[in-house]
Amino acid sequence: MESCPSVKNILLLDSEGNRVAVKYYSDDWQTNSSKEAFEKSVFTKTQKTNARAEAEIAMFENNIVVYKFAQDLHFFVTGGDDENELIVATVLQGFFDAVGLLLRGNMDKKEALENLDLILLCLDEIVDGGIILETDANVIAGKVAAHSIDSGAPLSEQTISQALATAREHLTRSLLNLELASPASGFQVGFCSQREH
Amino acid sequence: MAQFVKKDDDRDEEEYSPFLGIEKGSVLQEARVFNDPQLDSRRCSQVITKLLYLLNQGETFTKVEATEVFFAVTKLFQSKDIGLRRMVYLIIKELSPSSDEVIIVTSSLMKDMNSKTDVYRANAIRVLCRITDGTLLTQIERYLKQAIVDKNPVVASAALVSGIHLLQTNPEIVKRWSNEVQEAVQSRAALVQFHALALLHQIRQNDRLAVSKLVTSLTRGTVRSPLAQCLLIRYTSQVIRESSMNNQSGDRPFYDYLEGCLRHKAEMVIFEAARAITELNGVTSRELTPAITVLQLFLSSSKPVLRFAAVRTLNKVAMTHPMAVTNCNIDMESLISDQNRSIATLAITTLLKTGNESGVDRLMKQITNFMSDIADEFKIVVVDAIRSLCLKFPLKYRSLMNFLSNILREEGGFEYKKAIVDSIVILIRDIPDAKESGLLHLCEFIEDCEFTYLSTQILHFLGVEGPKTSDPSKYIRYIYNRVILENATVRASAVSTLAKFGAMVDSLKPRIFILLRRCLYDNDDEVRDRATLYLNTLGGDGSVVETDKDVKDFLFGSLDIPLVNLETSLKNYEPTEEQFDISSVPKEVKSQPLAEKKSAGKKPTALGAPPAAPTSTVDAYEKLLSSIPEFSTFGQLFKSSAPVELTEAETEYAVNVVKHIFDKHVVFQYNCTNTIPEQLLENVIVVVDASEAEEFAEVATKPLKALPYDTPGQTFVAFEKQEGVLAVGRFSNELKFIVKEVDPSTGEAEEDGVEDEYQLEDSEIVAADYMLKVGVSNFRNAWESLGPDFERIDEYGLGPRESLSEAVNAVINLLGMQPCEGTEVVAANSRSHSCLLSGVYIGNVKVLVRLSFGVDSSKEVAMKLAVRSEDESVSDAIHEIVAN
Repeated sequence: MESCPSVKNILLLDSEGNRVAVKYYSDDWQTNSSKEAFEKSVFTKTQKTNARAEAEIAMFENNIVVYKFAQDLHFFVTGGDDENELIVATVLQGFFDAVGLLLRGNMDKKEALENLDLILLCLDEIVDGGIILETDANVIAGKVAAHSIDSGAPLSEQTISQALATAREHLTRSLLNLELASPASGFQVGFCSQREH
Repeated sequence: MAQFVKKDDDRDEEEYSPFLGIEKGSVLQEARVFNDPQLDSRRCSQVITKLLYLLNQGETFTKVEATEVFFAVTKLFQSKDIGLRRMVYLIIKELSPSSDEVIIVTSSLMKDMNSKTDVYRANAIRVLCRITDGTLLTQIERYLKQAIVDKNPVVASAALVSGIHLLQTNPEIVKRWSNEVQEAVQSRAALVQFHALALLHQIRQNDRLAVSKLVTSLTRGTVRSPLAQCLLIRYTSQVIRESSMNNQSGDRPFYDYLEGCLRHKAEMVIFEAARAITELNGVTSRELTPAITVLQLFLSSSKPVLRFAAVRTLNKVAMTHPMAVTNCNIDMESLISDQNRSIATLAITTLLKTGNESGVDRLMKQITNFMSDIADEFKIVVVDAIRSLCLKFPLKYRSLMNFLSNILREEGGFEYKKAIVDSIVILIRDIPDAKESGLLHLCEFIEDCEFTYLSTQILHFLGVEGPKTSDPSKYIRYIYNRVILENATVRASAVSTLAKFGAMVDSLKPRIFILLRRCLYDNDDEVRDRATLYLNTLGGDGSVVETDKDVKDFLFGSLDIPLVNLETSLKNYEPTEEQFDISSVPKEVKSQPLAEKKSAGKKPTALGAPPAAPTSTVDAYEKLLSSIPEFSTFGQLFKSSAPVELTEAETEYAVNVVKHIFDKHVVFQYNCTNTIPEQLLENVIVVVDASEAEEFAEVATKPLKALPYDTPGQTFVAFEKQEGVLAVGRFSNELKFIVKEVDPSTGEAEEDGVEDEYQLEDSEIVAADYMLKVGVSNFRNAWESLGPDFERIDEYGLGPRESLSEAVNAVINLLGMQPCEGTEVVAANSRSHSCLLSGVYIGNVKVLVRLSFGVDSSKEVAMKLAVRSEDESVSDAIHEIVAN
């Protein structure tokens, strides 16, 4: 109980229980097959519940699992038996909302797979080795979206697709209304807007 | 990223995925773009994403593949594209390179760590700390210390979180950072404070004083993020647990802080505080009330997570303080229909714990509706709760038994049915009134039971309980139906059950014989054999005689030999003229019976089912001792001590001793473990020299035949002493045995052994061994009721002592009695203290003790000892213990 609030895994599955992106932070599941077995049992037992408006919760193998669905995406965060349920729920909400922002509201499997890099970065920014890094969706999405060109990069390195991507990210950022929300991305945002205007 | 896949027309029907038909081999080929002189960062990012996708799907790379990818990836540090760089960080973490590979990226990452771009710095720190080892860490330590106090919160958090991870592997390095971490705790960035607090606590966790100081200063200061606040609540309850509470004034340190957190604006903090309060040691109902109140509010929240958290906590509270939770009963009842079945089940089991007798019927009605639409695992939890409710309110057995029989008739899996049957069996055993109706319910159940295991269990149980009922004949029909309708296993056990009725109820004998004779033509040999055996032993040749005791014992007596031993003996028996003699089978239990008992403990169920009662060690010992013929005449076991180690840890032979105290005897049980794989010890005994314990006379020794490697065994030595005499003494012990070499490859021992001995530490019988720690709930009442007839009061000087609490503990340990009402804790700096003790002295004499201590400025402790007991001589004996 003296331990730091932590999560054991974060799962993003599709509507058939297949992995979109998963990240395990605990030794409870050593092999890929044990991970898949856990995912399967969690998926089948939660499949029929209605976790769309509010996050739902259940217990599995002495873990608490908080989950929320959006279209064909199923989000799960697992915490230990003793963990504060509301902390686990906060992590889930942070992940869920950040993915929503990054996918610009198109919360479906196709969009998620097409932006898998963003989702993986998002997972990386939420939890580090089980320890919660950040739970504010805006900050998380801001950090992930802070793709941009290093100040030293020559213009010639930019291709058309990059330019398009930059434009897309700019759109994301204006959607996020980042406006120096975090000093980390503030530097990047400031620079980009200078460049693009 | 649509260019990931060339869309295939044939596959348009299938679900579209950018990773359709992805293959490891081709992606590894694609990874060659990393080596291009002109880097296309977009494309490189895409390839890394594909690699990460493969890893994420559970694909593994061989060592060679991983190394190749890793080296290629290191080339990408040339690119200045931030997006690509971050993908590079990700894949390096996923590949977890070996230490000789790490060197390749170290310099690049160190450059990034000192870059002007904050995103680089934070991420480079996390990557480097993830893959680094101790030697490299000393090189970058300087930068990490700077990063901890960096003004950018992302960088500071990255360094702090990495510190938390590194503390596991390189504690001595991370501990040097405590000044910087301390500074970061004061940070104005919410999450930096959270991470710094977590790290600082972990650095100092072994220093109780430092943790206490940390908590004291922070509970008064400002804590910015809810997460940090939760963390602080956890540390606070740790401090509360470790500090002796000040019970005199009724105040608990930091309780005010916890209570204040109940009014925090973040729900997670409110809940954390409420939970911490409910988990305080010996929490009073006054302390509980505010926590229960906020949890009650959560019960009607619109968020399922909040309802679940609240009901789960209240469920735990209900186990220890059912009265405190009754206020929430109305809210709980509305949760029975909750959409979330976990919440509903928790609500029901809580209600079953807190409910009063009058509410049982109403509750059962609600549950009946609910049972039909939950999964078996939840149903089992409910059945368990109902069983304990029934044992609590035996008068309500009728409605509860009805409920159980109803659900027994419904559909369900084996585990669920077994839980119900077990519950009914327990109720029949414990509530005599419930027996007849319970047995009939079970009879009806086996009429249509698909589980052979359950049928045979019930038939066996019927055989034991049925003949003792008022009208045994009514069960015969159900049992004989099994012989007609079921499979061979069930038929055989039905035959045994019939025979039991025949043996126990003489009036039924003729009818039973007719039925058994029919079974002689069964097409299964086991059934025929059993029928023949029973007919012959019960005298089924027509003469109705009273079954004699021998036959009953033979047929239905319990087998008092461990089955494992019987099995080995039978295997060793070679068919000769000599008959197998069952009395030659050793009765001693081979392995530690305690370990077995533990493993047999119930598996934890998914929901907060009440934990299985701790297995009573005394019971296990008693069973063990009474199974040894030499000790069976010693009478009732009074007390068994905790094991005392007689060897240092990690020596060749590990031996500990358990002292069993009887009225006139003392038995030493030596638990021996042989930790040398190459040795087999035989004829192990402990030679005890009791020359310093004159009042004891050795009466029996029970050697241990063989002590193989890593299998604990026991040898016993018994002493006689006078009844009613407080005999104490010191015994010196020596282990004696024959040692045989074992060939480790075959596991076979050599023929010849050598005698050897091994010196053990001394054991002692002290006064406290004759005292059982038995608490009383209300000391004052108990004291008054014992009366002043056998009260003995005297005063003693204890001489100079280290502290008052040390003196108090010494006296408690000397007497071996149970401190009552928390009086063993001495308030810091107090000059006087009263302590209340209770216990049962050998011979089952209740003893209560009141101790008053005083200490003067030179640390001289004086004590007044007042004893009341049921026996004058015992009161005197207590004084004698202290006087010596």
